[in-house]
Amino acid sequence: MSTKESTDRGVAVEVRGLRKSFNGQMVLKGIDLKIAAGEIFVIMGPSGAGKSVLLKHMIGLETPDQGEVLIEGIPVQGAHVMDRFRLAMIFQSGALLNSLTVGENVGLYLREHRSKPPREIDLIVREKLDLVGLKGVEDRYPNELSGGMKKRVAIARGLVIEPQLLLYDEPTSELDPISAVTIAEEILNLNRRIHATSVVVTHDRDLAFGVADRIAIIDEGKIVLVGSPDEVKANPNSVVQRFITADFRKEKPTL
Amino acid sequence: MFQNIGEMMLLLWLTIKAIPSAWRQKRKILEQLFEIGNASLLMACILSLFIGGVIALQSGPVLRTRGLVSALGGLVGLSICKELAPVMMAILISGRIGSSMTAEIGSMAVYQEIDALKTMNINPVRYLVVPRMIAICISLPVLVMFSILVAWLGGALVAAFNREIGVSMESFFNNLRNVVEVRDVVNGLIKSFVFAVVIGIVACHQGLQTIGGPRGIGRSVTKAVVNSLVLILILDYFLTRFLLYFDK
Ligand SMILES: Nc1ncnc2c1ncn2[C@@H]1O[C@H](COP(=O)(O)OP(=O)(O)O)[C@@H](O)[C@H]1O
Ligand SMILES: [Mg+2]
Repeated sequence: MSTKESTDRGVAVEVRGLRKSFNGQMVLKGIDLKIAAGEIFVIMGPSGAGKSVLLKHMIGLETPDQGEVLIEGIPVQGAHVMDRFRLAMIFQSGALLNSLTVGENVGLYLREHRSKPPREIDLIVREKLDLVGLKGVEDRYPNELSGGMKKRVAIARGLVIEPQLLLYDEPTSELDPISAVTIAEEILNLNRRIHATSVVVTHDRDLAFGVADRIAIIDEGKIVLVGSPDEVKANPNSVVQRFITADFRKEKPTL
Repeated sequence: MFQNIGEMMLLLWLTIKAIPSAWRQKRKILEQLFEIGNASLLMACILSLFIGGVIALQSGPVLRTRGLVSALGGLVGLSICKELAPVMMAILISGRIGSSMTAEIGSMAVYQEIDALKTMNINPVRYLVVPRMIAICISLPVLVMFSILVAWLGGALVAAFNREIGVSMESFFNNLRNVVEVRDVVNGLIKSFVFAVVIGIVACHQGLQTIGGPRGIGRSVTKAVVNSLVLILILDYFLTRFLLYFDK
């Protein structure tokens, strides 16, 4: 197991000139981003803008056509980044292993990497599940849980890794407002407690403005704007304004 | 299908490389073994009994008209252990076990479970492919051995009770023992081991390749079964050619 010092430090992420096409259609059209260690960085943008694809590049699940992603200056695509840094991704669907129980899912990383004796793993699993507000669900299977519970289990599974970089893909979508607030609080707490760098992809404006140190707006595979929440709110760019103020109003009857 | 062969060879190589760490997955290997046995033993028994029976039924009367019916045991014995049992069991296992391996791994691919494994720095080949490969490579030869014995019995029963054949079980097995040698059985077991590797690799490779939701899973399963059947039948010919050299 790694030393305590490295546990308490987030990692810096840099995205350089990232381009990616699927079947001839360009999804990421040259993304440049610098995310500081320990920062909560929110990426917002309409559906299909390429947010999930960008996030997958950050953890090496996709290979760029051009450009690169660096973690502490080391290319993610290169071998051994995963051995060097502890990274975790919370998938939009949770992506729990359906053939394993909740407890086995959460303990999977430790079991597979043989980092702790089984009894200790059980304790850690219970502790992390507690942390996301789930008790006594260890022996249930993922298909017996609601969407929000799955997402929380997924977060617990990510926490077990004690990540230095934590990627969240739409952590509050499909959640009721109360769970959404819990998750937002959890993201903040985690960031304070383990100082992990957090990258949060979301449409949820409350979450974004609530937790972000900085926000990037992405549209059609390009970064439109990066700035603090206040800067984003004040930015006159029409794409930005339409996205952050879009609202549904029932048309008032005209008299 | 053939453009995938390179990828499958690579997967086989990665699997072999990961085998030394397989003891850590012994629980999963046992689970797989149990599942394979459970899903196929009864079917294998019925299939083998009837295959043995039908071979005796087809060849017995012909041999009798030519006065060669005493050779029936050897004929049935050889064709079963060198050819029919390995191929029939491979077809059965490809349909029952290969297909479910593809479906399982395919649904994990589609629902991002494999991506999740990768983000946890867990090698999907080691975690998913190795236990399945080991289980199928152990169980198919065992199943073929079982099938050979049951099919011989089937042949002997038909030979004894069919009035047009009328060869007693005793003389059937006497002739069989004179003709069939241990290496003929080993020959069949070697074939079945190769078939097991083919079924496992095709199934796992196709599963890992799966894209595009539930329909993608269905497509993968069909493809895996069809491809492994084609490969088994082609390989069977060449393996037979190859193993003939050792018969002399
Ligand atoms: N593996 C893939 N194969 C083909 N197209 C893909 C793949 N992944 C994503 N895309 C396409 O890339 C675009 C952006 O997807 P995504 O990043 O998931 O959007 P979002 O911003 O809503 O998360 C979409 O048009 C999607 O169809
Ligand atoms: Mg997305």
